[in-house]
Amino acid sequence: MQIYVCVKHVPDSAANIHMIDNRNIDDSVPFLMNPYDEHAVTEAAALKKQIPDSEIIAMCLGKKDAESTLRSALAMGADRGVLVETDDMCDSMTTARALHAAIIRDGGADIILTGKESIDSEGMQTQFRVGALFDFPVVTNAASLEITNDKARVSCELAGGRIRTYELTLPCVIGAGRGLNTPIYPTFPDVVKSRKKSIETVARSQLDVSDAPGSAKIISMTPLVQKRNPRKINGTPTEQAAEIIRILRQEAKVLS
Amino acid sequence: MKQAGIVIEMENCRVKETSLGMVTLAGRTADSLTALVMSGISDDITDHLSAHGVHTIVDLSLPDAPEIRQNPAVQATAVVHAARKLKLDRILGLSSPEGKDLLPRVAALLDAPLIMDCVDADLNTGTATTSQYSGKMMAKIQLTGEILMFGIRPNAVLPESKPVPAKTVAMTMDAVVPENISLLSWDEADTEGRQSLAEADIIIAGGRGLKNKNNFSLIFDCAEKLNAAPAASRVAVDEGWVPYAFQVGQTGEKVSPQVYIACGISGSIQHFAGMKTAKMIIALNKDENTAMMANCDYQVLGDLFEILPEIMRQL
Repeated sequence: MQIYVCVKHVPDSAANIHMIDNRNIDDSVPFLMNPYDEHAVTEAAALKKQIPDSEIIAMCLGKKDAESTLRSALAMGADRGVLVETDDMCDSMTTARALHAAIIRDGGADIILTGKESIDSEGMQTQFRVGALFDFPVVTNAASLEITNDKARVSCELAGGRIRTYELTLPCVIGAGRGLNTPIYPTFPDVVKSRKKSIETVARSQLDVSDAPGSAKIISMTPLVQKRNPRKINGTPTEQAAEIIRILRQEAKVLS
Repeated sequence: MKQAGIVIEMENCRVKETSLGMVTLAGRTADSLTALVMSGISDDITDHLSAHGVHTIVDLSLPDAPEIRQNPAVQATAVVHAARKLKLDRILGLSSPEGKDLLPRVAALLDAPLIMDCVDADLNTGTATTSQYSGKMMAKIQLTGEILMFGIRPNAVLPESKPVPAKTVAMTMDAVVPENISLLSWDEADTEGRQSLAEADIIIAGGRGLKNKNNFSLIFDCAEKLNAAPAASRVAVDEGWVPYAFQVGQTGEKVSPQVYIACGISGSIQHFAGMKTAKMIIALNKDENTAMMANCDYQVLGDLFEILPEIMRQL
């Protein structure tokens, strides 16, 4: 089975983000694999154990330094990597076209895994666009995945622990959620082995990518700081509770 | 003339308040508002929508069989069909759990740009304001294309009354039931009567300060009394005190309630990323020197094991 995992190179979730102008962030912060994509790579590795003659190809659209995220995917169990290199900021319509073209060029997928969203642009949609370009079925926020023959049975999480279970015909696209598994933490030998695996670089401009009929472009960006001035609620627990209730009723008007 | 189609979500056969808020937002910049309803239309639905500015109410006429009408892939084809037939050039829906599984499907089928989790949108200019970098940044985004799509964060705008005359239209379509994706089973909305995190007015969240799984029931009990949604920080989830579905933060749910009550939560950068757009934050902690206590509207220094039971007693 050909398993493709699309991963994204994003700023570390613990990093403070600063702007260098009104559109671009200071990218000197550490970048890592998008956390949801770690679940996708981990699931791919589990599938390969189940279906041994599988190949896992990690694919990433990004700048040259995104190679380090592909290297992490290799350490977590991917067999080889493909970097679709571009210096451009790509919206999801452009990204999906590039990934689609790169997967076709590479050979074609039986299953495509990726994270349910990226923690930088938070678009939540690239998996659906890749699916539509291939005409493959798509599910997102997957919490369990079972493959038998040419079918995938996937449970997906809605809010509050609610579950929807789907049956998809392969090939299909799965957006991994946090409930899917616990990400593999590569051991030192895994890391050493991964250094011998290959990463191929393809320029996005070399791919046969059609122009998207629309776009989404950042025109300005500002840090979201909401400076609040805390007022103290003092007194005994009884008095504090009474004041909280008063605030909920009279100020916030959320309690009758 | 901007023709906006708005995907309406229902709860207990009524239009969700958050959907009405989205109608209000759309009405500020669109010329005509068309509500796309998937559940069939009742007088109550018509009244609520027209009272908030909807001009046309469309019954998407989905098939009766629940496993077909609940399948988001089927719903997406119905929305696409309506968009084309009614020549809508703007499509809005909630960035709710259901919306996250529906709107991107519609966008992919239409090959139209979509911004999810918008806190504001100008349908006339095609711009949207949304969070990026996990809530650390607010970005203004320009969309271009024939049809532009916006996923609106629940509670971003509260509903305002704007009565207009409305007409109802039933779509006739042969539902395309996709062969490659079928819905086998699904949980109905909120079986335990709990508020959904994304849409609750009040959220009461617990963190490390709850100390263990048993104590966490205090958050659930208090939530029930306040008609609030219970939530948790990542620590509480990783410790196994509550399921992941309750997590607020960078890799959890992003919420904008009217009031966020943070109990024993220190306030990591990742937690703030999920809740800093709350209208009001009340922080309860026995330690004054936490990020949450420094960046809230009301600071309650004290023992949550005394204060929370007291709140329940007084309600």
